[in-house]
Amino acid sequence: MVEFWIDYGFPLLIILLKIIVILVPVLIGVAFATYFDRKIWAAMQMRRGPNVVGPFGLMQPFADGLKLFMKETIIPAGANKGVFLLAPAITFSLAMIGWAVIPFGDGLVLSDINVGILYMFAISSLGVYGIIMGGWASNSKYPFFGALRSAAQMVSYEVSMGFIIVTVLLCVGSLNLSDIVRAQEKIWFAIPLFPMFVMFFISALAETNRPPFDLPEAESELVAGYQIEYSSMAFALFMLGEYANILLLSGLTTILFLGGWLPPFDIAPFNWIPGPIWFLSKLAFLFFVFSWVKATVPRYRYDQLMRLGWKIFLPLSLFWVVLTAGVLVAFDWVP
Amino acid sequence: MIVQGLVFYLFAAIVVVSGVMVISARNPVHSVLFLILAFFNSAGLFVLMGAEFLAMILIIVYVGAVAVLFLFVVMMLDVNFVQLREGFLQYLPVGGLIGIILFVELLLVLGGAGVTVEGAPANALAAPMPAANVTNTEALGALLYTKYVYLFQAAGMVLLVAMIGAIVLTHRTRPGVRRQNISDQVGRRREDGVELKKIQPGQGA
Amino acid sequence: MSVLGRGVRSLFLLEFVSAMRLTLRYFFRKKVTINYPYEKGPLSPRFRGEHVLRRYPNGEERCIACKLCEAICPAQAITIEAEPRDDGSRRTTRYDIDMTKCIYCGFCEEACPVDAIVEGPNFQFATESREELMYDKEKLLANGDRWEREIAINLEADAPYR
Repeated sequence: MVEFWIDYGFPLLIILLKIIVILVPVLIGVAFATYFDRKIWAAMQMRRGPNVVGPFGLMQPFADGLKLFMKETIIPAGANKGVFLLAPAITFSLAMIGWAVIPFGDGLVLSDINVGILYMFAISSLGVYGIIMGGWASNSKYPFFGALRSAAQMVSYEVSMGFIIVTVLLCVGSLNLSDIVRAQEKIWFAIPLFPMFVMFFISALAETNRPPFDLPEAESELVAGYQIEYSSMAFALFMLGEYANILLLSGLTTILFLGGWLPPFDIAPFNWIPGPIWFLSKLAFLFFVFSWVKATVPRYRYDQLMRLGWKIFLPLSLFWVVLTAGVLVAFDWVP
Repeated sequence: MIVQGLVFYLFAAIVVVSGVMVISARNPVHSVLFLILAFFNSAGLFVLMGAEFLAMILIIVYVGAVAVLFLFVVMMLDVNFVQLREGFLQYLPVGGLIGIILFVELLLVLGGAGVTVEGAPANALAAPMPAANVTNTEALGALLYTKYVYLFQAAGMVLLVAMIGAIVLTHRTRPGVRRQNISDQVGRRREDGVELKKIQPGQGA
Repeated sequence: MSVLGRGVRSLFLLEFVSAMRLTLRYFFRKKVTINYPYEKGPLSPRFRGEHVLRRYPNGEERCIACKLCEAICPAQAITIEAEPRDDGSRRTTRYDIDMTKCIYCGFCEEACPVDAIVEGPNFQFATESREELMYDKEKLLANGDRWEREIAINLEADAPYR
């Protein structure tokens, strides 16, 4: 029995502790992400944004959370109860488990699996289930429309996203996220693969249902899409999952294109700053760009969305895969 | 080791139970959701076997894409599955027979040490053990793109043909449909659309 | 613009870049909204907010229960019951306004011959429950006592135009 504890008990305890150490800051970060999103959005419209609760309104996310927590969970009479309640839980937990493979610094990663990028890709492709199940189980028209749109949208953009990831993998020669960052020591992939970087970012917008691709919730036509029938904590879980997903994809973009925890130049003032700070500041910058885009562009029409995904991004990313492979082979740079 | 065994039985049991639920659930959407659960646990089994690449690909391809489309279709179509099940007992013997035949075949293939087919190499199914420091992604790629490259390409061709076939079958050009030409719209300039004319008062245009 | 120029514009997403630059410039602009709970915008003397029932300076309530407001109310939010009082004057025994029905059109104010019901300048009367929005006579009279000074000023400011 003692052996059993030494072999399994303690490692399990350590893993649980690590999970808590990662998830608690992530959840707090997600809470403040909602605040900063609103603040940035407001500033670009020359508004003030939340500024009453706490200093500069910093306590606003907790006030919102408390409000949602106190509200009543309403389950529509015609809803499929089990699936209805499962959907937000799935969205939320998927957005959380993705953080398991994100390297915050050199070696600072919960699970350094050698198919990390595939794991991330799998997680992000599963995100559609929360929406599609929520939309279907609500047994209502608008949520269902939102769910269908979302399913088609996410499947479409996943294809080009996959090709973009393949381009990066060709330059790295490994599926491990830490190896991907280490391969960028000489130059961040955002520079040689700049078009892929832009396309990946746009696909990430579509993948997280952010404007201009927020058709699943499109408040002006679908009211709130798949979220209509949700209230209270179920809605809060959807909201948290959505923002956690945005942060997760910002992190993934950082790792794939912006050199993860690496400083921009490996010289004196830059490499004094520890890696995790670089990683988090890059992530924060990408989150700012997410909000910035939201404040700038109007929503796409649905056929334009599909046209962009299938007729422009897919051929372009496929072309870049071939081009990158060709260049790597021609100059004998294959890693 | 005991924990691995327990986890294996947990995953295996969930796979079997959800597999049964797929065919017995009344609601077709629930069937698809149980199918997804089965996929997930199969991926877990793959991971236990050390085939993490296959596990992830299973999730990405089957759960992330194929099952979404299943769910899509099942949600859209209002199929009355109760009606479809009416002849269940009538077809049970035939279905059961096919199931038993498949099961026996599987047993023969997997555990068929005693049964050897003439001409086939005895260890056709035994996986070639890759070197210890090669990840199974690399091992798979090394095999797939060298020894089985023609089969791999042929599989790709089959899928391509199926895709083109589906497009040919469903695509139709309807006359009289006006389409948006975005590049024309974007390329339109003020001079193309606006003309200013000086009109003398009292003379009309 | 030439075809080449247009191609370059759409390929490099120049429209998006310029739009993003614009929003970034606005990001650093001065805010135009007021800091609401601490600062408030100016209100017109004609502003139609929360209802009050006024009194004469000697403390007698103005309302004479003519029920004109009840009759004109398009949302039928007002309910009045009246009886002669001990001293023989006609007064309301009940004066209820359902604030959840009220559309703040100000017709009651216009109809009132004695300036008893007035829509005051208060617009911050959110409540935690629905019941609290069913105003009765006491609540309305208390409102009147509370807002009398502001209402008197507003009525005076608006008097030349009536």
